[in-house]
Amino acid sequence: MEIPYNVEERPDTGMYNAKLGIWLFLASEVMLFGGLFSAYVFLRMGDITGTFATGSSELNVPMATFNTLVLISSSVTMIMSWVSLKLGENKKFKTYLGSTILLAGVFLVVKYFEYSAKFHHGIYPDTSTFFSIYFTLTGLHMVHILGGMVVLFYFLVPGSKMMKTEPERFTNRIETVGLYWHFVDLVWIFLFPILYLL
Amino acid sequence: MSGHSVDDIKKSVKIYIGVFATLAVLTVVTVAASYLNLSNGEAFFLAMIIASVKGTLVAGYFMHLFSERTTILAVLGLTFFFLITLLFLPYITFIDHAVI
Repeated sequence: MEIPYNVEERPDTGMYNAKLGIWLFLASEVMLFGGLFSAYVFLRMGDITGTFATGSSELNVPMATFNTLVLISSSVTMIMSWVSLKLGENKKFKTYLGSTILLAGVFLVVKYFEYSAKFHHGIYPDTSTFFSIYFTLTGLHMVHILGGMVVLFYFLVPGSKMMKTEPERFTNRIETVGLYWHFVDLVWIFLFPILYLL
Repeated sequence: MSGHSVDDIKKSVKIYIGVFATLAVLTVVTVAASYLNLSNGEAFFLAMIIASVKGTLVAGYFMHLFSERTTILAVLGLTFFFLITLLFLPYITFIDHAVI
């Protein structure tokens, strides 16, 4: 049985089903991270000993700034991979999607060095309320990066067969995974200043 | 966005590059602003303004929200309302403090 509305627009929503699906998923993700941002506000308001100020000063701002630029670049390569498919440039698509995965890998490697430095200095999630929320937020964000990388790799190698058999459906798939990827970038845009700079 | 023509998409590539450059500049501005001699409240307010501008650019252009269907905007509007409610919940703890 064929799944309906995976290319053509559904009359009542005005879009293909996967697009509405990913947006509903992203809405739930907003609330997931929103809950943790709310926890951050709550902990910071109750921080009378100044653990947030001292904890924040122990983080590596240049590394995080570099990672912010890496993630922004990955958003551009992600959207360019979708543009390439729309223009029928399949080779460029693979280059851009591969670059996105590579940049995601760079982000994780930098994060690995950041985490290692913290552990080396005896800083763990139970060190202070600041580091508990720092490791929770950045850890959850990294899980999202990893999940995204798995899906992107699937579309780059095994899932790319659909590019020839059902090009429009494949383009829509890349658009939906792209929406997820930009969301991950969006979350980091807010995480960076509240954890590293304030 | 899926219904856009090839010409529209070619034009939007320039916009994507412009958005990328703006995001990169704003990242540097965010870091530079953190070195200003501001109070905690002012620093938080400034950082959130810059982050919101960056977020709007990503959501508006990369995620195509500026040209998206009303159904999606309605879903996100409702989500945003609950998000703001959630973020301001901790301030309720100050209500009983104000009486003293």
